[in-house]
Amino acid sequence: MSPLSQALINGVMTGALLAVPAIGFSTIFAVLRYPSFAIAAWVTLGAFAGWLANTKAGLPALPTLIVAFLAAGLIGGLTEDRALRRLRPAGALTVAIASIGLNIVIENVIRFVYGNDLRGFDLPLKPDLRFGGIRIGPQQIENFIMALAIMVSIFLFLRFTRFGRAMRAVADNPDLARLKGIDPGRIALAALMLGCGLAGAGGVLIGLDTSIDPLTGFRVLLSVFAAAVLGGLGSIPGAVAGAFALGIAEELALLVAPPTYRTGVGFIAILLMLTFRPRGLLGEKAM
Amino acid sequence: MTSYLIFTLTIGGIYALLALSLNLVWGSAGMVNLGLAGLFGVGAYASALATGAGAPVLIGWAVAALAGVIAGLIVNFATLKLRDDYLAIVTLGFAEVVRLVALNERWLTKGADGISGIHAPFKAALGPAGFNLAYLALVTAVVIVVWLLLNRLDASPYGRTLKAIREDQELARFAGKPVLRFKFQAFALSAAIAALAGALYAHYQSYVSPDHVQPLLTIYIFLGLTAGGVGRPAGAVFGGYAVVLFIEATRFAAEVVPGLQPVQVAAIREMLIGAALIVLLHIRPQGLLPETHPKAPRS
Repeated sequence: MSPLSQALINGVMTGALLAVPAIGFSTIFAVLRYPSFAIAAWVTLGAFAGWLANTKAGLPALPTLIVAFLAAGLIGGLTEDRALRRLRPAGALTVAIASIGLNIVIENVIRFVYGNDLRGFDLPLKPDLRFGGIRIGPQQIENFIMALAIMVSIFLFLRFTRFGRAMRAVADNPDLARLKGIDPGRIALAALMLGCGLAGAGGVLIGLDTSIDPLTGFRVLLSVFAAAVLGGLGSIPGAVAGAFALGIAEELALLVAPPTYRTGVGFIAILLMLTFRPRGLLGEKAM
Repeated sequence: MTSYLIFTLTIGGIYALLALSLNLVWGSAGMVNLGLAGLFGVGAYASALATGAGAPVLIGWAVAALAGVIAGLIVNFATLKLRDDYLAIVTLGFAEVVRLVALNERWLTKGADGISGIHAPFKAALGPAGFNLAYLALVTAVVIVVWLLLNRLDASPYGRTLKAIREDQELARFAGKPVLRFKFQAFALSAAIAALAGALYAHYQSYVSPDHVQPLLTIYIFLGLTAGGVGRPAGAVFGGYAVVLFIEATRFAAEVVPGLQPVQVAAIREMLIGAALIVLLHIRPQGLLPETHPKAPRS
């Protein structure tokens, strides 16, 4: 029983960390209608910004997370908007392919400056807590709470602020939103900044959990895609549900498969979901 | 210098085959395949394993093409009816899974060490220099044959149907075309070509490892095809060779800057490749040899 409940607990923790960049990806997809592969670069950028704030300025975890959100949101949002805006009329696939190019550029700027070495955050070491045979690190609990706090704030932002409502209106029906006087260009920029910021915050959460290097974002990209597809592309509650489902599925699969196959679980999950329920857990039509 | 040139042209031919493969799905049928590196790897490993078990090289290449078709079936069956962005995500995942399997199933693929000593046909008889030259001729001949066949396909009613599907799937279906069958066949044929390119590479280098299944390879081919001209086989062939020249040119460009670490040189080269893709999509998305449209027949 213990390995199983340990795997479930780990899965929920992993899912919470994954949900943050997955919401970012889904926000961009919902408003701009293209899958942004550059999200991987913004995860890495956020992770490095947070790492600088933590190790050079000595900030603790929560302010580090905010620094990463702002850095990735501003740099990522503005760069992706400027670099890909003019391609949007050419169609979603063209923008998606250009976003792969953008991802390579950003990843390698970071590699140029910091090299390929693994880097860890500077955190006080605390012993794991034990609850009847289940082990949890205090840092894991802190990360989990921070991830939940981010999810709740995003939900409140989209639900109750004017900007959040405008964003949902554009996602729902861009033409109708324009008729209502909402400027789609501004909403697109806002969605990109929010999405990239969330990706960056996710990068710090992942970095706090393990370590970071220029490929941190790319390694988590497939899991982010898988979470978004499982939940339903473009649905933000779906991204959260998909992330938890995937996190648990990954940890359960690791009971029987070697840990290097972790990303393979996401692929199998995507194939199964698309075969039996293409719209995902909470998504719209996928045809 | 001559051997460097022969090597570059051989790799250029292999990239041209990959670009022809991508052009068939992306240029003609409008489907994005981000798993090109995975199909390349499937072909390379399939032929390496088949010939390693004693099969002649030609049988190995046939096995590679067949393995490519089967892999194409796997990535396609779930997404064929869905929007094209789903295919992009699934194919990217597929390439990563191929890399993971190559890395982990040591009993089959020798893991990170890769398979070495893959049979290089007639190398003993021709000597290294003669082999390289003969292999260049072989790869070039395969490129020409595939190019001519795909050109023929492009001009045929079949190719025109694929382009109709690319432009408007609903309309093509309304005109009575079995859209899903066309898309699947195009993907399967394209997968076979990509796998064949992998097999040609494996027997040329006598070596294949998980490092050959990098997503960067797929980006190279997208860059090449975009530069050459999406939707036209001649553009794909040109783009395949051009991108190899460009990759080699970045090597020299990055070495001009003094005092860089090797990792920084590698980073600059990859930056240039990513930036080139974005710039090309902005300034000349139709490529240097744009798609030609046959005139409508007079009624």
